[in-house]
Amino acid sequence: MSGRETSPEWPLYEVFVRGKRGLNHVHVGSLHAADDTMAVLHARDVYTRRNEGVSVWVVRSAHITASSPDEKDPMFAPSGDKVYRHPTFYEIPDSVPHM
Amino acid sequence: MPAHHDHESVYSGLLVNDAHWAFGTDFEDPLAGVDTTVPDGVDPAVLARYCLVLGDDALVLSHRLTEWCGRAPDLEEDIALANIALDLLGQARLLLARAAAADPSCVPALPEGSPVPAEDALAYFRADRDFGNVRLVEVPNGDFAETTARLLLFATWRLALFERLAGSRDAVLSAVAAKGRKELSYHRDFAGRWFLTLAQGTEESRRRVLDALGGLWPLWPELFRSHPVETAAAQAGVGVDPASVAAEVDAVLARVFAAADVPRPEAAPRVGGAGRDGAHTEALGRMLAEMQVVARAHPGGRW
Repeated sequence: MSGRETSPEWPLYEVFVRGKRGLNHVHVGSLHAADDTMAVLHARDVYTRRNEGVSVWVVRSAHITASSPDEKDPMFAPSGDKVYRHPTFYEIPDSVPHM
Repeated sequence: MPAHHDHESVYSGLLVNDAHWAFGTDFEDPLAGVDTTVPDGVDPAVLARYCLVLGDDALVLSHRLTEWCGRAPDLEEDIALANIALDLLGQARLLLARAAAADPSCVPALPEGSPVPAEDALAYFRADRDFGNVRLVEVPNGDFAETTARLLLFATWRLALFERLAGSRDAVLSAVAAKGRKELSYHRDFAGRWFLTLAQGTEESRRRVLDALGGLWPLWPELFRSHPVETAAAQAGVGVDPASVAAEVDAVLARVFAAADVPRPEAAPRVGGAGRDGAHTEALGRMLAEMQVVARAHPGGRW
């Protein structure tokens, strides 16, 4: 009670949901919560109410380090013309799924 | 590469297969595919009334929670309360439909040719004295602390009932209870966490949750008073005598109170009749007036 920090705004969390049919968690949106546990509950209530998921991850948005839009060109443009990096020159046998 | 593309959205493919919904997605008949034969030796009127009162508990609290829609402290809690309200509405629909199937004479008469289904007729065309819900669920919401405290009490009690009800001889009640247990476990968890958070939060939040609990406590003993319908349903093997879950529920609450450092309230039980007999507080009549007004204005309406 006394001495505990109170803040008018809850921190922001990013939410990742793994769907029944999926293989990895996919970012679905964000929400506010007072702590990590509440964020999981909120994620369940806000993002899985139509049976979308079997697992959720939440992470404080502040803990995500993102690339800057200003660096878009040096970061990503150089890979744009290097088609030989795509494995599109291989024949994939019909018996190999999920490629 | 279809497999890869399917995976890009967790929302894709949602409506491909509805087998994972316990009762399917048949919007016309809530009991589609469920055996509604009344078990041997069970009085259909008792089974119907028992389903009705359990359904009324869920229906009335569902409506109270719905009143938070758009007004909760924040968006996330707004959706959480709406989800819980919808869970309870689903339970109410199945239970009212089961009551109507067991004893059609309990369904209010509507004008000839009205397309209103039986469970809607029960929800929207009965007066407050015909409702059999416990009074705890009908009192107005109060603040968020009061809503939290009520939900904690209600979900703890109903979860204990449903865990036993899953063994009902009635196939419908057993299925409703099996489905409801998972929902109620979450409701109890949700309310319990908020109860702890508020009780251990600021001085103001603690004051509010203590006030809320103290204010609701006089209505708490009613939930464990065996009504003749509940006793008869329990003896017939289809229902649960609420007195039989009192010790278990008390133990769960005691753990929550201990964790929250909240003293057990000592308020005396509220006098007056029992909600199970149709003796309600004045709040129910007002709530039903608002809940039922549109349906009653259009008894031939199709929704």
